[in-house]
Amino acid sequence: MATFEPALFARINKPDSASLKTYQADGGYSRLKEFLSMAPGDVTNIVKDSGLRGRGGAGFPTGLKWTFLPKDYPGPIYLAVNADESEPGTFNNRYLMELDPHQLIEGIILACHAIRSQKAYLYLRYEYGTSYRVLDAAIRECRAAGILGTNILGTGVSCDIILHRGAGAYICGEETGLIESLEGKRAWPRIKPPFPAIEGLFRKPTIVNNVETLCCVTQILYRGTAWFKSMGVPADPNNPRDPGSYGPKLYCVSGHVNQPCCVELPLGVTARQLIEEHAGGVWKGRRAKAVVPGGISMGFLSASELDTPLDFAGPGKVGCLGLGTAAVVVVDDQTSMVDVLYNCCRFMSHESCGQCTPCREGTAWMTKILERIRTGQGRTEDLDLLMEVAGSMGIIPGTTICGLSDGAAWPVKNAISKFRSEFEDYIRSRKASVTSAQQLMAVH
Amino acid sequence: MSVLSEELREKIRAEFPNYPNKRAVTLPALHLVHDNLRAVSREAIVEIAELLELHPAEVHDTMTFYNFFKDEKNPLGRHRVWFCRSISCMLRGGEELLENVCHHYNVHPGETTADGRMTVEFAECLGACEGAPCILVDDVCHMNVNPSTASALIDKL
Repeated sequence: MATFEPALFARINKPDSASLKTYQADGGYSRLKEFLSMAPGDVTNIVKDSGLRGRGGAGFPTGLKWTFLPKDYPGPIYLAVNADESEPGTFNNRYLMELDPHQLIEGIILACHAIRSQKAYLYLRYEYGTSYRVLDAAIRECRAAGILGTNILGTGVSCDIILHRGAGAYICGEETGLIESLEGKRAWPRIKPPFPAIEGLFRKPTIVNNVETLCCVTQILYRGTAWFKSMGVPADPNNPRDPGSYGPKLYCVSGHVNQPCCVELPLGVTARQLIEEHAGGVWKGRRAKAVVPGGISMGFLSASELDTPLDFAGPGKVGCLGLGTAAVVVVDDQTSMVDVLYNCCRFMSHESCGQCTPCREGTAWMTKILERIRTGQGRTEDLDLLMEVAGSMGIIPGTTICGLSDGAAWPVKNAISKFRSEFEDYIRSRKASVTSAQQLMAVH
Repeated sequence: MSVLSEELREKIRAEFPNYPNKRAVTLPALHLVHDNLRAVSREAIVEIAELLELHPAEVHDTMTFYNFFKDEKNPLGRHRVWFCRSISCMLRGGEELLENVCHHYNVHPGETTADGRMTVEFAECLGACEGAPCILVDDVCHMNVNPSTASALIDKL
């Protein structure tokens, strides 16, 4: 651990790190010609062998996803880059796009070559205005230098990137919601199958990959699969379905810590290590009461679960939904879990796309019930009601099209099962602790 | 008399080659119109639909799905300032910040100040949690904002 050298973040503190000149000076694009001369299947195999799993939240093996494309498809095939980073607490992709856009662009070109795509659409959330301008400039530099466009560096391979700005909707991070949005429609996720690899963007085979995932592709090609597999948590030999958690990961730490940060570490670091060793500890000398392990939709770790390794399998072992985006949000012991859960539920209610009834109604009613509890009108049976609603919505119980609903249910399930006595005490006290500032925000 | 200038139409048409069909230009077109006219009016929707060879209802459907776009009844001020209300900002004073600014400028979230300078909005996670509480002025993010730095930023707009 002491010898860990950042790879994804190797360049972010250098002056002018976003320019093509400095990227090339650091060796960027130096082997692009070589990689583009390889057979696409060989590039896919390297990524497959590395064990890279998607960094966007679901952790699906990237190389395997690429192999789902139809064989010998005449084209076009599309790559959709998911830069709609909207999971509360998550900001790692923003660092990658603002500070090292060429690492991402090189990953996009490599991925496009592997999947035989000549066009990538980068779906960028509107709020990332700086990322937009940095990427736009970087793409122009590449086109001028022959790194993007037709016949890249004389290899005969062609690839271009189109930047597409979103309009403020969390659901556009769901891969088929993203596709619908790109097509100019409301971002209602599609029923799967068909999966995007078979029928995706503009009804063509499409691969959707996250920004950090594609940056990992660049690093894997340059540094090799052995380097990537040298860190992280190996696959559990007793679980044939565990693909392991290899490679570096960008962890975001925010909330009640002294130094909120985004830090690159091998997969499997614990929440406690992140808080104590990288984020300067819990602020104001307080203790952590609850910690979000990977964006709010993953639920909560309690104070006794902070030594949970944050690899793909770790959070699930203590009842969380998963690693998610590895965005750690720390809640101190002076904060009410009622307020925290209300915030999570209001977010999900606001961001539910409204397509599936259990999600549209469930998120809204959970928010209303929590509002009732917050204003001192709660009943102890409300907690069972919340658990019942949360248990009935999502892909896991099989009632919705996409996973937003599971992510809306999980913080409720975790908060009530891990902090039940706090909720009960709050309800029994019949206090109404809503401040005027909170009231202003009480719009769904 | 059309609502969309020829210049704006040219910018929308310039997006066509980037996509295999015109419908995919809906969001880029809405952004261009919204940025320039500070709202997307009923007339603008009809004209966008003509350009994209869609029914106006299709453009309207997409536009209204995203809470982002304002119609002519509620146009944007000269600037739009978003206050993050999601978890990391809430934990570090985001709600109090918004209340303070609303009080100071006598405006509610979703409304525009009387002088037309600024439309105040709450936002869901702006992705700048390391600098919570954060705000977005148009599309530029400012981190670790407090009521006095927020006022200083707004007064310069």
